[in-house]
Amino acid sequence: MPAAVTGVCYAIDGKTLIDHVSCRLDGPGRTVILGPNGAGKSVLLRLCHGLLAPTAGHIRWGGASPVETMHRRGIVFQRPVMLRRSVAANVEHVLKIKGVPRIRRPALVEAALAQSGLGSLGQRQARTLSGGEQQRLAIARAWLLEPAVVLLDEPTANLDPGATRAVEELIINLGATGAKIIMTTHDIAQARRLADEVMFLHHGRLLEHRPAAEFFAGPRDPNAAGFIAGELIT
Amino acid sequence: MNDFSSALSNAVGLVAGLDPQLLEIVGLSLEISLSAVLIATILGLPMGATLALANFPGRRAAVVVLNAFMGLPPVVVGLVIYLLLSRAGPLGPLGLLFTPTAMIIAQAVLVTPIVAALARQTVADLHEEYDEHLRAIGSGPLQRMTTLLWDGRFRLLTAILAGFGRAIAEVGAVLIVGGNILHSTRVMTTTIALETSKGNLGLALGLGIILVLMALSVNAAAVLLGDAAHRRFG
Repeated sequence: MPAAVTGVCYAIDGKTLIDHVSCRLDGPGRTVILGPNGAGKSVLLRLCHGLLAPTAGHIRWGGASPVETMHRRGIVFQRPVMLRRSVAANVEHVLKIKGVPRIRRPALVEAALAQSGLGSLGQRQARTLSGGEQQRLAIARAWLLEPAVVLLDEPTANLDPGATRAVEELIINLGATGAKIIMTTHDIAQARRLADEVMFLHHGRLLEHRPAAEFFAGPRDPNAAGFIAGELIT
Repeated sequence: MNDFSSALSNAVGLVAGLDPQLLEIVGLSLEISLSAVLIATILGLPMGATLALANFPGRRAAVVVLNAFMGLPPVVVGLVIYLLLSRAGPLGPLGLLFTPTAMIIAQAVLVTPIVAALARQTVADLHEEYDEHLRAIGSGPLQRMTTLLWDGRFRLLTAILAGFGRAIAEVGAVLIVGGNILHSTRVMTTTIALETSKGNLGLALGLGIILVLMALSVNAAAVLLGDAAHRRFG
């Protein structure tokens, strides 16, 4: 399901957060939206999923609007929302909302938990899990029902290195099943590890959009070059 | 002091000996208040949830009025229900005045605002926390309501307990619409009022002890619920 982003702007309270972004997201693989904090990465992701509406321009997924195609995408937020239920019940809740008949749910829940390495934690209260485990549960939820695209917003920003590695492995596995991964991060090293393609965002503007190898070999935009050199770009 | 200690020993004797008259009064009190709380729950939970989730003109005013109704004076509620049910009133033909049914109606009117207002607060708080996740998985309005009500179950149970506490302890409403008729509409609170004025302090004190024990149990249950919720959900 290709995405066509055309002239998208998003402004709130007179402040422009996304400034005329246009791009095309096509094909399998992992696209990383990279940029410093406050660049507008999270806003762009939410616009793509239909959680926010652009103030100008439009986004189309396979020709249809983000809201119409929402059911074909999964999304993972920086801080996962855990329902006040067991781990398994958190997964089952998504299936219930999406109208999966009761009889099919147990098998899907079991498969999702096994896939994310949470098989033994099914009956634990979700809110008592560690940060990394909660994020893996969030990915398990986003992975359900074979989404065409999975969006992830700074999924490991709050995690320690061990948990980060586990989550990154999961993301790689997820992508390997054929889902397109679109992920935001401010972590340059993580972008190097995971990206097939990089979109560099700064002050709401898309400054570069290139295959990862080319981008890291030599960014064309000075802000991008400064950023990956470790400077604080303002 | 002699009066009090003899009444107290009389009271303890009645309670410990499971005096049949005492039990009849306690039984009727529980029947009426529990029925009223059941009705208040069935009406109040969806009412509160709707107020929390729906957006309509005048919503803020409705919330203010609902919160104010939590403090409705029981005698005034009793008076209004009396006027409605009396033979000259609009619902007179139903012949409900001075029956347990009238008392259930009056207490339901008293308790419903409590359940509804606390449900509204609970659902509103959870809505803030869960909104993005529920929208991202494509939740419809009714699904959202049931999700939030279920996840708020511990706080909602506490609200229902608070409603029961109010119902079982009030005297004004049930006295006016019930008439305190022996073997028919005489409950703990109205009996205490009557027997005290007759100087029959033993029975009054015995019922008073039971009423206080009930209030303490309800509060203890609420605290235990809060603890259990905290342990499970952090």
